[in-house]
Amino acid sequence: MSVELDVFVGNTTIMDKEVYQLWLNGYTVNDAVKVRIEGGVMEECEASAEVLLSDTMDQYRTFQMCERLLHHPAKLANQLLFQIPPDRQAMLIERYYAFDDLFVREVLGKKLSKGTKKDLDDVSTKTGITLKSCRRQFDNFKRVFKVVEELKGPLVENIRQHFLLPDQLARDYAAIVFFANNRFETGKKKLQYLTFQDFAFCAGQLINNWTLGAVDNMMEDMDVDLDKEFLQDLKDLKILITDKDLLDQHKSLVCTALRGKTNVYNEMEANFKNLSRGLVNIAAKLINAKDVRDFFIDLVEKFIEPCRSDKWTSIDMNLYLTHYTNSAHILDTFKHHAVWTRYMGVIKSCILRLYHD
Amino acid sequence: MPGKLKAKIVAGRHLPVMDRASDLTDAFVEVKFGNTTFKTDVYPKSLNPQWNSEWFKFEVDDEDLQDEPLQITVLDHDTYSANDAIGKVYIDIDPLLCSEAATVISGWLPIYDTIHGIRGEINVLVKVDLFNDLNRFRQSSCGVKFFCTTSIPRCYRAIMVHGFVEELVVNEDPEYQWIDRIRTPRASNEARQRLIFLMSGELQRKIGLKVLEMGGNAVVGYLQCFDLEGESGLVVRAIGTACTLEKISTFPATATHPSNSSPSKDMKEPVFGEEAPGVPLSSGPPTPLRAQTFSSFSPSKSYSRQSSSSDTELSLTPKTGMGSGGSAGKDAGPLKALLKQQTQSALEQREYPFFTLTVFPPGFLLHVGGVVSARSVKLLDRIHNPALGNTRSYKLLDWNSFTADEPETRDAWWEEIRQEIKSHAKSLGCHAVVGYSESTSICEEVCILSASGTAAILSSRFMQDGPLDTELRLSQQPLCVFSTGSERVEGDMGSSASLGFEEVVSPGCGFCHIPYDELNIPFPAQLTYCYCCRRYKVPDVLFTTIDLPTEASVTGKGCLIQARLCRTKKKAQGEVNATAISNLLPFLEYELHTQLMNKLKLRGMNALFGLRIQISVGETMLLGLASATGVYLTALPSPGGIQIVGKTPSDITYEQHISNMQKKINDTITKNKELYEINPPEVVEEIIGSPIPEPRQRSRLFRSHSESSDDVSEIDLSHGKKDAFVLEIDDTDAVEDIHALLTDSPTPAGFYSCNTEIMPGIQNWTSAIQMFTSVRVFRLNANLTNQGLNKIFSDLCENLLKSLYFKLRSMVPCCLCHLNFTVAIPEDELIQVAVTAVALSFDKEQTLENGKQSGEKTPIKAITENDEQLQFNLELNAETSSSSISPKGLSEVGSHPSARASSMEKASPLPEGRSRSLRSNRSYSGSSVAVVKMTPLSFIPGAKIIKYLGIINMFFIRETSSLREEGGVSGFLHTFIAEVFAMVRAHVAALGGNAVVSYSMKECVFMENPNKNQAQCLINVSGDAVIFVRESELELTSVQPQSATTQTSNGGEGT
Repeated sequence: MSVELDVFVGNTTIMDKEVYQLWLNGYTVNDAVKVRIEGGVMEECEASAEVLLSDTMDQYRTFQMCERLLHHPAKLANQLLFQIPPDRQAMLIERYYAFDDLFVREVLGKKLSKGTKKDLDDVSTKTGITLKSCRRQFDNFKRVFKVVEELKGPLVENIRQHFLLPDQLARDYAAIVFFANNRFETGKKKLQYLTFQDFAFCAGQLINNWTLGAVDNMMEDMDVDLDKEFLQDLKDLKILITDKDLLDQHKSLVCTALRGKTNVYNEMEANFKNLSRGLVNIAAKLINAKDVRDFFIDLVEKFIEPCRSDKWTSIDMNLYLTHYTNSAHILDTFKHHAVWTRYMGVIKSCILRLYHD
Repeated sequence: MPGKLKAKIVAGRHLPVMDRASDLTDAFVEVKFGNTTFKTDVYPKSLNPQWNSEWFKFEVDDEDLQDEPLQITVLDHDTYSANDAIGKVYIDIDPLLCSEAATVISGWLPIYDTIHGIRGEINVLVKVDLFNDLNRFRQSSCGVKFFCTTSIPRCYRAIMVHGFVEELVVNEDPEYQWIDRIRTPRASNEARQRLIFLMSGELQRKIGLKVLEMGGNAVVGYLQCFDLEGESGLVVRAIGTACTLEKISTFPATATHPSNSSPSKDMKEPVFGEEAPGVPLSSGPPTPLRAQTFSSFSPSKSYSRQSSSSDTELSLTPKTGMGSGGSAGKDAGPLKALLKQQTQSALEQREYPFFTLTVFPPGFLLHVGGVVSARSVKLLDRIHNPALGNTRSYKLLDWNSFTADEPETRDAWWEEIRQEIKSHAKSLGCHAVVGYSESTSICEEVCILSASGTAAILSSRFMQDGPLDTELRLSQQPLCVFSTGSERVEGDMGSSASLGFEEVVSPGCGFCHIPYDELNIPFPAQLTYCYCCRRYKVPDVLFTTIDLPTEASVTGKGCLIQARLCRTKKKAQGEVNATAISNLLPFLEYELHTQLMNKLKLRGMNALFGLRIQISVGETMLLGLASATGVYLTALPSPGGIQIVGKTPSDITYEQHISNMQKKINDTITKNKELYEINPPEVVEEIIGSPIPEPRQRSRLFRSHSESSDDVSEIDLSHGKKDAFVLEIDDTDAVEDIHALLTDSPTPAGFYSCNTEIMPGIQNWTSAIQMFTSVRVFRLNANLTNQGLNKIFSDLCENLLKSLYFKLRSMVPCCLCHLNFTVAIPEDELIQVAVTAVALSFDKEQTLENGKQSGEKTPIKAITENDEQLQFNLELNAETSSSSISPKGLSEVGSHPSARASSMEKASPLPEGRSRSLRSNRSYSGSSVAVVKMTPLSFIPGAKIIKYLGIINMFFIRETSSLREEGGVSGFLHTFIAEVFAMVRAHVAALGGNAVVSYSMKECVFMENPNKNQAQCLINVSGDAVIFVRESELELTSVQPQSATTQTSNGGEGT
């Protein structure tokens, strides 16, 4: 004796948020039923395990049928098969495209290729996120990437319009796409202390300031690539460390400004040249794609770690970077003010964001 | 040449990829009507083609317009090989033929393929120009309106109710033709779909002609069914009630009833029109006589045991004298008698005084006798018409020629049954049958035909010339069958008729008063004086197939009551099989009846409404399912308890067992009375008028039942005549009964259920409604006993209900209305149960109790708001230029994705060039899909139906040979049902509607062959497409200036 067939179809498609989340999390039907039983829904509604199983299977089936629509969220509003209220549609999309920070940290900056997908079972074991869920999240990244890759115009806006995502989520996806496109290295041990949101913040800074779209949104280029011309110009900043006079002048200006205002003055003074070389070298090398990948490692190694070992506080850091940036403009022989501002603005906010434990 | 059909193919979207190489499709469209076909150009390499074709014009007879569907086929052009079909759309033209219905069909319709399901959508425009309006009604029946609704439709008033219309057409089933062996499943399915479309069209036209002949202009309660008889053919039959309807021209209603919450009040007399769903039931203080317990009242039931071999047995001698007015005269006085006689004579003119209506204009239904039903077992003959040799090529339109005598056989079968029903009604002293329906169950070559209804006495008001204005009209029409019958009494009765029964009928209890002669009751029953008016006799229990009359006074709330039964039978062939089945039927019905009665008593109720008994036949078993809504009618006596008596005394443990059970039962009754709020007013011991019938009544004469055909066996369904309802547990059967009685689990808190339109005692419905269909198939083990089977079947139904309650928990407090169960035995050892119903949530403020659930209020509110949102979008799409914008609606636009997207585009500071370069939804043009509500009820809570757009009657076949890949049987059926809903919604939206009322899934035939990885399913659905307006919006439109409406109206839909 067995139930051979069991379906429930509502004119308005019924979707339980809780079950949807379990499905998204990659739980099997049986596991999902267990979770639901533990959640106490049974007592609440005088239901039996049998009823719960039937409901869960039914919901899972509905979600599976909806999944292909969720791949193209714009279709969800235009399809006729399921009658879903708009707010429900938004919920479905938002949750489908939501991702785990733990997971995204594992693939951030990696090429969204078949090879990476094959390694997802390792990611799954490492993070404790089910393989199914990992795959969904990975496929989402890849899908968004593929669509916006060829699109002109602002990245975040493109993602939001195309996938009907809320603003914050669209920004996160922009970061993921941006990282994947430029293949920033984020997996090194030294970078492990950083969260996805740290990187997303930096990505936002880079997208808004260093891409071609940032200067001229009429351009036929895209947001996902860094402004080549700008990277070229960055080489000119090298003068700040190659010209001995300029370097000393810069140092004295910063020291004068900071004297008595910080507890780590001595360390700062001692390290100034190293730190300045670090930052300017990063700038000069960005023209090479390979060095772009190491951008965050370099930032951490060349700047953040030395400061941290000297026990700078965030306030010290802010103070130093402000004066470091501003002093350069006062140098008489330094001509590259625009490039410097564009470069240091991003570097400053990135470092401030990344400078934590 | 009275019509010109015009069709224009606008565009397609979401088409499937037909060319693997380019991942695109070169689509074109064939538009076919009758034998004429037009083609559009090929729109190359696109999944969203814009054909924008010219108007294709078909000049056709209106007869063809009624019969034929417009057939649209979308194909993929292929230079080197045959063009591949993507899918089809059938469009029923009928709604366009009636001036009061839709004027244009326009919108996105799903492209359907029987193998692949929905494959994209096509935007079409269809119009009909009918020439020569005067001539319109001659050759065809264009203009006759059809309604599935079994009450007078909401924006009409009934001027005349003419009566029963029926028709059937027969054809060979394409699936069983020789050609089927060589053609693809797709071709076979399409042939079947098209054939059924044609047959339904023809059937409707023929019924329409009958209606015109009767002088009517509409069919209400139109019920069309298919009998898939396999090799012996395909029968499409329909019944309905012919009426003359008049549109209530008071719309917009706000003009006449500004902010009137119950508009029905002032219209009650003499017009029957708007009947608000929850008209407060007048539960004025009844004056009961005294509490008494009686033995059961048993509605007349009888069984016809016939196989086709004994067709000639039928010998009906209509008993004219029986139950005539004279017998009731003692109570009613001469006026009533006269009235009755007069109505009777009007009715007796008719072949079948049957009405498919379940809800009646006020004052139409006078008395209700009880349920009458008849069944008959037939053998389907395999005789093939000689004209249909295998050598003939198959042509769809040819059925008229070769099936000339086929319908007659079927007609004769139904005629027998109807005669029987008629005679049963007579034996109950009734001249009419209301809430009438017919059904079949087929297994191999055995077919059970069933018919049931409620014997009743009707007022002549709607049958003779009613209001004065119609009299004029009728006299102009030469052919009016029934008015002739009543004309002779017109002179003296015309106006006094209404006065007459007004006096006789007391509101709220009149329909309970017995119509039959109390000394000659055709079955044992206990009568008392009515607990409301104390003037007339009422039975102790009342079973009916109709809806609860709105004026009935009810105590407490009602609930769904089901009796479920399985009986095994031996496998057999031919006549032996038919005989075996007809021998089993009486027992099956007897037990179902016993169960119903027990369960009714257990809930402390005394009447059943909407009773529907379904008997399904399989090779090795019979299934019986009786569903009804139990209520406590204030006019009827309070039901006695259930008393258990053991047959084998002297065993102490046994006695104890019995007393335990007795206690359990008593507890349950008390609990149920609390649950359903059944607190009849305290019984006052007073003796007025004549005393309760004395014991002499028990020795009353039993009428002979010779008026029924010889082979009809009348069964005494009473259970003794003691004060309490006695259950004797002398055998396992009774133990089982009691067990079954107690295992029905109560509905969870916050839920109510019924199978009627409305639930007594609940009024304040919110606008949150959820229609659903649920199907379950259960595989049984071989070699089960009857008890085992019973238990399984009962559990199956119970669990299904529990699942529904769980699914719909977010709507609490809510009521599942119109719960319609359908059982079938698709093959040996399989039981299929399908349920379609609607969940309506209500505000519990006025329903007192349930204080504990206050926390659950918010989700309900949310749902309601969603509804409103959806509604709002729809308004924008449907009526772009007009009205009905509430301030609330405007603020909600922002949350609507497409609106949001477009406003964002506007608001974004980006230069035009840039945002245009976005590849985004160019083809979707930002439009979202119009929301269409579906409900099996005839109304939409909190809304007013302002227009009926025509009947929706659709038949689909879906087949797969990759069952596993489509998610197994459940995945397959889930998709299919969702697709059917989608197609119904799309067609309604294309007609300009926003809801389907009186929706029902009449057929869901599912067959599988998992070994071959195959499955097939047939679904037939019907309903009435309507336009409704929220009552709140109605009020607003009169106040709200029409500004700021155009901003978001995206003309994607409707153009």
